[in-house]
Amino acid sequence: MVKITWISLVASFVVYTVFINVLCHNKTPTPLTKEINQGWEIWQNKNCQACHQLYGLGGYMGPDLTNSTSKVDVAYIKAVIKSGTSRMPNFNLSNKEIEKVVAFLKWVDKSGHSAVDFKNVHWTGTYIID
Amino acid sequence: MDKLERNYTRFAFILLLFSLVLGVITAFSFIFHEHVKDYLPLQQLRPMHVSAALFWIISGASLNIFLHNQKDKTIPKNALSIRNVSIVLWQISIVVIFIHYIFKQFGGREYWEFPGWISLLLLLCWIGFCSYYFLFWKNEPNKRPQYIIMWGTGMLFFLITFIEQNLWQITWFRESFLQEVTIQWKANGSMVGAWNQMIYGTSLYLMVQISGKKEIAFDKKSIVFYFLGFTNLLFNWGHHIYNLPTNNWMRHVAYAISMTEWILLINIIQGFKKTLSETLRFKQLISYRFLIASEFWVFLNLILALFMSIPAINRYTHGTHVTVAHAMGTTIGINSMILLGSFAYLLKIDNIQMKQKKLFHAGFIIIQVSLVIFWLSLIAAGVFSAYEQTHLGIKTYASIIPSVVTSLYVFATAGLFMLIGFAIIIPYFFKGISKSK
Ligand code: HEC
Ligand code: HEM
Repeated sequence: MVKITWISLVASFVVYTVFINVLCHNKTPTPLTKEINQGWEIWQNKNCQACHQLYGLGGYMGPDLTNSTSKVDVAYIKAVIKSGTSRMPNFNLSNKEIEKVVAFLKWVDKSGHSAVDFKNVHWTGTYIID
Repeated sequence: MDKLERNYTRFAFILLLFSLVLGVITAFSFIFHEHVKDYLPLQQLRPMHVSAALFWIISGASLNIFLHNQKDKTIPKNALSIRNVSIVLWQISIVVIFIHYIFKQFGGREYWEFPGWISLLLLLCWIGFCSYYFLFWKNEPNKRPQYIIMWGTGMLFFLITFIEQNLWQITWFRESFLQEVTIQWKANGSMVGAWNQMIYGTSLYLMVQISGKKEIAFDKKSIVFYFLGFTNLLFNWGHHIYNLPTNNWMRHVAYAISMTEWILLINIIQGFKKTLSETLRFKQLISYRFLIASEFWVFLNLILALFMSIPAINRYTHGTHVTVAHAMGTTIGINSMILLGSFAYLLKIDNIQMKQKKLFHAGFIIIQVSLVIFWLSLIAAGVFSAYEQTHLGIKTYASIIPSVVTSLYVFATAGLFMLIGFAIIIPYFFKGISKSK
């Protein structure tokens, strides 16, 4: 009995994992270009996530950047990355590298909204996001 | 303990100390950011602190499994050599990670912020650890005590989730941001479940040893709660990604599964009287005190976690310091307390003199009291910013900072006291290691 329960749980886990890999989207994602991928690498290599969040995941010192490119002026974003602020260090990134990071942030922005609206909250407590 | 095990134990305690000191520096760097930004920036401090903390837990968990499964004659010599080589390589890899952090070379994902190739070394070591442990598994008689199963589950699922957690290194998995983040946090969430299996297994083992009641590792209840934990390991990771616009069923599954943990909470409340009477019976034992502390922290963190798992509430708490309270409340309050209890038992800390016991006890109390303040101040910081961000809809970041600063002062000060508490007790463990020849 114990063995059967264990095996069925693990089997469901495997099926669920495959399912998620194939079906997690509710719309077709914007394709990843080489520039975006390089921007993502810079994001990881400089460890921007230590202070910033994407979809509320990451560190807690700076603002969530999921929708930054549509919330604030892109020129301002580039300027902040270029020279840092009183809290954010200057990473000495070249203009080209900054372009790549911004391309990555724009790509993330297109994937959805970080904040969930009140209207998406179902009476059972879950969210319905379309 | 042999020499290698003694050194590995020292290594784990150094990681804990490191994490504590770096944690306090990180906390103060929030307040005095302009003075430290160029010397010790947060992108460097945070991974150092978090990696030291995680490796203390994972090293401690594996070490306890090795130490509680005493080498027996049936284990082939080369299996032991594989384990020993893995232990050495594991420690070297962690040192290599810190060297990369010192030179500001990052590259990984959250909590594992080192360059990706080092994961391969860690993976090899873990395979070495598993191959050794599962030899014991084969040797055990048909009816295994529940802790053996929990250790095995933890070891196996750490391996699986660690691989899953590194899938981002393959470009295919990066083609959609939502999918990549989903898989990343699916793995991270389940991985916590995996090390909890290892550590709760150790806790159950200690309970059996201290109380002398073998039957608690075989009874129905322990099996039922094993399956509750295991189901949550497999399917309850979705709270990390509730607000990702993925398909809705993913949220519903995670929400539904996480609500099964109410059973655990009710069980704790029901068993409260029994716990209390046992506490009085064994309260003079240092190792037992750590276990009782861990139960207290399970209770508090479970209440917080249950609420955070309801999407409608998560909408406020997600991405705020409430999450940090949850992360540190569990890693310090539950995981570290059980590990310390287990080490106290193994290293016979109870044999220290009466006068020193008093000092040890003072350190223990300082840790618990400061941890309560630490935890509450993080929740307060989270609640303030949730109120402004989600309720009032204030979007500009700078206007939210002032409302959390006071809480962060309290948090940093409590952290300093916690460090003092740990600094009082940790030397006893080091002495214990040297004596345990
Ligand atoms: C040490 C913490 C830290 C690190 C690391 C960091 N930032 Fe920041 N960042 C901040 C803070 C804090 C702000 C808000 C401005 C302020 O208060 O100084 C900010 C602001 C920004 C903004 C402006 C957002 C807005 O809405 O106003 C962007 C864009 C940004 N950072 C991008 C990055 C990128 C890209 C990286 C990595 C290369 C990075 N940051 C690394 C702390 C950090
Ligand atoms: C004196 C004690 C400590 C202090 C002052 C402290 C402080 C901090 C700070 C400031 C952060 C960063 C939060 C952020 O990104 O803004 C953090 C994160 C973290 N710490 Fe600690 N820490 C302490 C001890 C510990 C210990 C002992 C552990 C575990 C054994 C631990 C585990 C963690 C974890 C897991 C995180 C990541 C939290 C998250 O992302 O939600 N900490 N800590």
